[in-house]
Amino acid sequence: MLKKTRMLAAVAAVAGFALAGSYAVAEPADDDLVIDGTMKMTVRAKPPEGHPLDEVRSGWLYRTEETRALEEDTFQNPGMLYVERGEEIWNTADGKAGKSCASCHGEAAASMKGVGASFPKWDADAKRPINIELRINKCRQENMQAEPYKFDHADQKALTTYIKHQSLGMPVSVDLSQGDMQSWWEKGKETYYTRTGQLNLSCASCHELNNGKYIRADHLSQGNVNGFPTYRLKQANMVSLHNRFRGCIRDTRAEYPKAFTDVLMALEVYVTWRGTGLSVETPAVRQ
Amino acid sequence: MAKPRPRVKLPKTASAGEVITIKTLINHVMESGQRKDKEGKPIPRQIINKFTCEFNGTPVFSCDIEPAISANPYFEFTAKVMESGKFKFSWVDDNGETYTHEQGIQIK
Repeated sequence: MLKKTRMLAAVAAVAGFALAGSYAVAEPADDDLVIDGTMKMTVRAKPPEGHPLDEVRSGWLYRTEETRALEEDTFQNPGMLYVERGEEIWNTADGKAGKSCASCHGEAAASMKGVGASFPKWDADAKRPINIELRINKCRQENMQAEPYKFDHADQKALTTYIKHQSLGMPVSVDLSQGDMQSWWEKGKETYYTRTGQLNLSCASCHELNNGKYIRADHLSQGNVNGFPTYRLKQANMVSLHNRFRGCIRDTRAEYPKAFTDVLMALEVYVTWRGTGLSVETPAVRQ
Repeated sequence: MAKPRPRVKLPKTASAGEVITIKTLINHVMESGQRKDKEGKPIPRQIINKFTCEFNGTPVFSCDIEPAISANPYFEFTAKVMESGKFKFSWVDDNGETYTHEQGIQIK
């Protein structure tokens, strides 16, 4: 719900720019993200060594004033409804073992703090990196004797959102020294820079070379993933990272890989690293 | 999505004559009736079609809601409070159910 005064202010601002004959509206916002007036998020960070950009920026800076305001207030943030739902799932027993997440992990606020900032992580059993969705499924199968969630099941999204939310405000930091993470990072990097689809676009075409500009009506961000799962106004629902990857690849008019396959897991490792230092914003609100 | 549950944010206390901000949110799919399922059949409309707020029985704010309102409708409005009492909020669903919430405020 937009407040009329705010809308008028936005219209006035746009008119002002138009009069000045400037396209400055395409620049990322010069704004600070402070959630509920108390928790200051890092939305601009110094890039890690070997990063191609001068500054790592949160996608929040590329959204409109109204969308940014939604994320600043946890009461207004629709993603918080899924955090609540995730908490219910956390405390509900499922599977033959009769256990809930809480049976072993207790209070998520303590046991899951930092988890969302450090995944994806190397999984020695699977000999590949896994993300929170896969970690939940592993726990469900091994410890709860429950069915793993199918990709993008509503409960999978809610529980992932709840777990990542426990790291709200913590800086994203992927440990590439574990196992074979470095070579998966390399694979992800290759995918990031490989042009694909009928439109012949790579991730870098939009998110590295043209971030800050408009692609039709969309203001291109750096494509950082610190806010996933993200509440997208377009879907009026939570959107998982692999759903977004697939959507982006589909938009290049390419065939898109299945969720959690090697190519997308490698991409997750690499893209998460690109957002190093940004605060975990889950659940972020985007257009 | 889970059963709709109202959430309301308003101050616990205020001074007489103070204008307070009330924020309300309810989780609801707000199915517009315009979409089709996988078999091509229309998904029936199910939205919250009315929202009202009363203070000690006096109407404060109300509105009819149409299908274009997105999921999880959020309302924010202001009210001048002169006396201690109770706000009563209600959301009317297309399926006939009404979800209500009551919250009190004390005058300092």
